[in-house]
Amino acid sequence: MITQYLFYFLSFVAIFSALLVVFSKNPVHSVLYLIITFFSIAGHYFLLNAQFLAAVHIIVYAGAIMVLFLYVIMMLNLNKETEPHKSTMSKFAAIIAGGLMMLSLVAVLRGAEVNQMKASVNNNIGLTQNLGKVLFNEYILPFEVSAILFLAAMVGAVYLGKKQLD
Amino acid sequence: MTGYIIYQIILVVAIFTVSLVVALYATYGERKIAAILQDRVGPNRAGPFGILQPFADGIKMFTKEEIIPETANGWLFIIGPCIAMLTACMTGVIIPWGGTFELGGTVYSLQVTDINIGILYLFAVVSFGVYGIMIGGWASNNKFSLLGALRASSQMISYEIAMGMSIIALVMMTGTLSLGEIVKQQDDGYCNFVYQPLGFLIFLICAFAETNRAPFDMAECETELVGGYHTEYSSMKLGFYLFAEYINMFISSAVIVSFYFGGYNFPFQHELGLSGNLLTVIQTIVFFGKIFFFIFFFMWIRWTIPRFRYDQLMKLGWKVLLPLSMANIVITGLVMWLTGKIN
Repeated sequence: MITQYLFYFLSFVAIFSALLVVFSKNPVHSVLYLIITFFSIAGHYFLLNAQFLAAVHIIVYAGAIMVLFLYVIMMLNLNKETEPHKSTMSKFAAIIAGGLMMLSLVAVLRGAEVNQMKASVNNNIGLTQNLGKVLFNEYILPFEVSAILFLAAMVGAVYLGKKQLD
Repeated sequence: MTGYIIYQIILVVAIFTVSLVVALYATYGERKIAAILQDRVGPNRAGPFGILQPFADGIKMFTKEEIIPETANGWLFIIGPCIAMLTACMTGVIIPWGGTFELGGTVYSLQVTDINIGILYLFAVVSFGVYGIMIGGWASNNKFSLLGALRASSQMISYEIAMGMSIIALVMMTGTLSLGEIVKQQDDGYCNFVYQPLGFLIFLICAFAETNRAPFDMAECETELVGGYHTEYSSMKLGFYLFAEYINMFISSAVIVSFYFGGYNFPFQHELGLSGNLLTVIQTIVFFGKIFFFIFFFMWIRWTIPRFRYDQLMKLGWKVLLPLSMANIVITGLVMWLTGKIN
């Protein structure tokens, strides 16, 4: 019962702050609302008993990535005067693209039945121990491949940063 | 069930109050210790030996005129110190303050919640603490504040990484993410410090950087940045920023003791033959004794070692502590493999 109320509350907060991300005038406020959105999504993970995912979601997204976002926005000090002016053409294209996206989402959700969404998975799969065992036994190859991807991205970032200095 | 909830509420309020009181007297302790180290007398006017000094400071902070700059971002200017205080007080719930005690046939634990992602929770709160400084510095709309905020937060982010890496070695060794379990494993008198001296050293240095204490107090080096991120703050808002630092110091001392120095355990505790409740009381007293030693250690370092230069700080974080903590993980893994703990 409490879980259900929490679900509605978190969903409301998530959607409301996600809308504010788009609608607020000040970029710094947008970033802060995005952080609230991340927190409510982490709350959803907790409701699904995915504790590890929830904690890592907060550490990585709210704690690291958004801090860097905030850095860039604070340093650039974006405001109304420096905002690049978009042409009518691109605004029109954005509306059409967004509309198409919504159309396909509605089409997908219409076809789905609510009963099918009840997946029969182990409820405790989100606990750190179980997740680690699955990740390092069954999915060791994809896990290592994604690690190499991260390493490549890091090397690339360092290389680009070095090039700027010379 | 209701009794359990009431007990939990009482415990949370008690921990909150204890954190505040310890932090309050840590300000007094800091001034006294500074005085001793510099061969002065220190505060001695308010009450005998000046023990009412923290209350005098508090009253002064509350009654000072509050100035909010006209160009400041109203709401965010207030939210900044709120986040600083919130994140400082949030970590106390996962720390095991003592063993269990029995009252009227029910067993109560002195740890509010032993969540099995305790260490991850700790990191989530620590990484969120950066926002208090960043929002406060930016909302002040002052270049010195912004520079101070950027310096402080980039320092905190850099040292978070080495801190996490040093903890991974500990987690490998103990095989759990729960603080209660880590403390229970040190029951036999061998604390984790014996197995993880390098990890402890890295964690300690990172704890200094995370709490923005000297020699890493880049956030408020007044000679370079006027006052750092809280240049524009006055009255109790400034007080909250400064006070949060002392709560952080208390909590990080408790975390260091739980991780590496056996938490509430003390040597030969089971040979004494004490009953459960009495043992718990002694354990809690021992735990606080260890915590107070580390708070003293924080202050001792502050008045002994001068502040680092900013590039030295970054070099230490990225080029010394991070590789060292990675080496620590490899060594821990090797030793565990050689001693047959893992195959």
